[in-house]
Amino acid sequence: MMKILVTVKEVAEVEDDFEIDGLGIDEAYLEYDLNEWDDYAVEEAVQIAEAGDDVEVVSVTIGPERSEETIRMALAKGADRAIRVWDDAFESVDLLDVAAKTRLLAAVVEKEDPDLVLTGVQAADDGFGATGVSVADEVGFEWAAVVNELDLDADGGVANVRRELEGGVEELTEVDLPAVLTIQTGINEPRYASLRGIRQAQRKEIAPMSLDDLGFDASALDSPIALTGMSEPESESDATLFEGDAEETAAQLAEVLREKGVGAQ
Amino acid sequence: MTVLAIADHRRGSLRDVSYELVSAGRQLADATGGDLHVAVISGNVEEFGEKLNLTGVDTVHTVENGEEFNHDVYAGAVEALYDEVDPTVLLMPNSVNGLDYAPAVANALDLPLVSDAVDFSYDGGLTAIREMYGSKVETTIEVDAERVAVTIRGGEWPAVADTGDAEISAFDYSPDGDLGSRVLGFEEVAGGDVDITDADVLVSVGRGIEEEENLELVEELADALGATLSSSRPIVDAGWLPPNRQVGQSGKVVTPDIYLAVGISGAVQHVAGMKGADTIIAINTDPNAPIFDIADYGIVGDLFEVVPELIEQFE
Repeated sequence: MMKILVTVKEVAEVEDDFEIDGLGIDEAYLEYDLNEWDDYAVEEAVQIAEAGDDVEVVSVTIGPERSEETIRMALAKGADRAIRVWDDAFESVDLLDVAAKTRLLAAVVEKEDPDLVLTGVQAADDGFGATGVSVADEVGFEWAAVVNELDLDADGGVANVRRELEGGVEELTEVDLPAVLTIQTGINEPRYASLRGIRQAQRKEIAPMSLDDLGFDASALDSPIALTGMSEPESESDATLFEGDAEETAAQLAEVLREKGVGAQ
Repeated sequence: MTVLAIADHRRGSLRDVSYELVSAGRQLADATGGDLHVAVISGNVEEFGEKLNLTGVDTVHTVENGEEFNHDVYAGAVEALYDEVDPTVLLMPNSVNGLDYAPAVANALDLPLVSDAVDFSYDGGLTAIREMYGSKVETTIEVDAERVAVTIRGGEWPAVADTGDAEISAFDYSPDGDLGSRVLGFEEVAGGDVDITDADVLVSVGRGIEEEENLELVEELADALGATLSSSRPIVDAGWLPPNRQVGQSGKVVTPDIYLAVGISGAVQHVAGMKGADTIIAINTDPNAPIFDIADYGIVGDLFEVVPELIEQFE
């Protein structure tokens, strides 16, 4: 039997026009969804489970009750069960600190004892891109960051991965199991949850875990990292913006393009 | 205070961010009149060491161990160097390889980690600027600890080019036991049917196109303009265009005469691949989209209305 743990996060997506309220974005402009990178990680785990015998996929999130909707999405796509870590003590913290998230997720990894942990490369909101590799170090697993192809050889105890480097270059790496792999978008085609999957997900377990359940008290959330300011970046635009309706703006742009020799037959 | 910066290299060359780490590190060291140490691990360290002898660097540590990046070697070597140099700030690149060892090192050394910093200062503790929500906001992060690990975004600090008078010193490190990961090789993403880096005019399509069947519209535009079609990442991730069409940090870096971005918001990873274009034109519904920050011309409007009109202009 093999177990894959997939970390997922509910992230806030910001509308094009928004307002900042203190140290955050005004709730009115936020929509919550499953983190895009995590969607690929869930799909990868489910595909491994579908291709193998006796593979259990467990999804874990740190998030408030609202995030049950997100983690149920992972269940609808094929994860077998889920864990949601939360505690009243979380209400008053930002949880930006990689170390604090690492403590919590490492405790879950130690409880679940998976062969493979899949995380997204980063979260679309705070974008630290660090939790997966940090957890690997904490629990003594091997790891690989920014994986865009995964070929698992569970019997051989290794994962053969491609890491997506900059500039269209991929690194081929062999990683010993157990390992944490951070999954890049594009590694697969995440499925839409089927109606049947959504129905089944309603009956799957989402186990709550408090700090106490994980063997911590509120000091586990203590963090030296604080968000103390948020602002909209000053627009540095000195673009010439064409004014008018579609026909008028297209005509002005066409004139500029023709001046530059575009479309000349 | 002492700053230790870790250089980035790949397949025989130092990457640009290595030279930027020197100015970022010098900026922090200057704040307290401290020393800047730079380390380079694996590869041709003798050559790299000389190249990193740059203005503002006090000591270059060279760690000889294999040719290419291996995160187990890097993590072990950086931890050993940290003990030796005793820096207040440990600076690393926010590159794909940086992300593959910096979080492990920070965790092992029990250092708070700030990743992807675009600016910072130090006054008893680090204050960093970093973006959130896909560059929609800038945040200030204050670290209430004396020591900290930071990864810096490429292209945000000037590159240092002038030779300095640093001491170059070999640092002896070899990993204990077998490595848990082994780099077997590299592969370039296939060239495919077209080379977008050769094109004079690129029509580039992004997430704003919404559906695969809408691609026809931008294909038609590219044909009308005699341009080549390229795209941002989401289009390739979705499998609508092959990887050789992707512009950006993980795709191709292009420098055409004209780059027409259609429905592309201009995330930093995309901009890294096209900011060198002579003329940048953007069509996007969101007036706040970062693409307009680097555009020369723009239309704030719905591509599904503007593009057909534009095609008509060239028919």
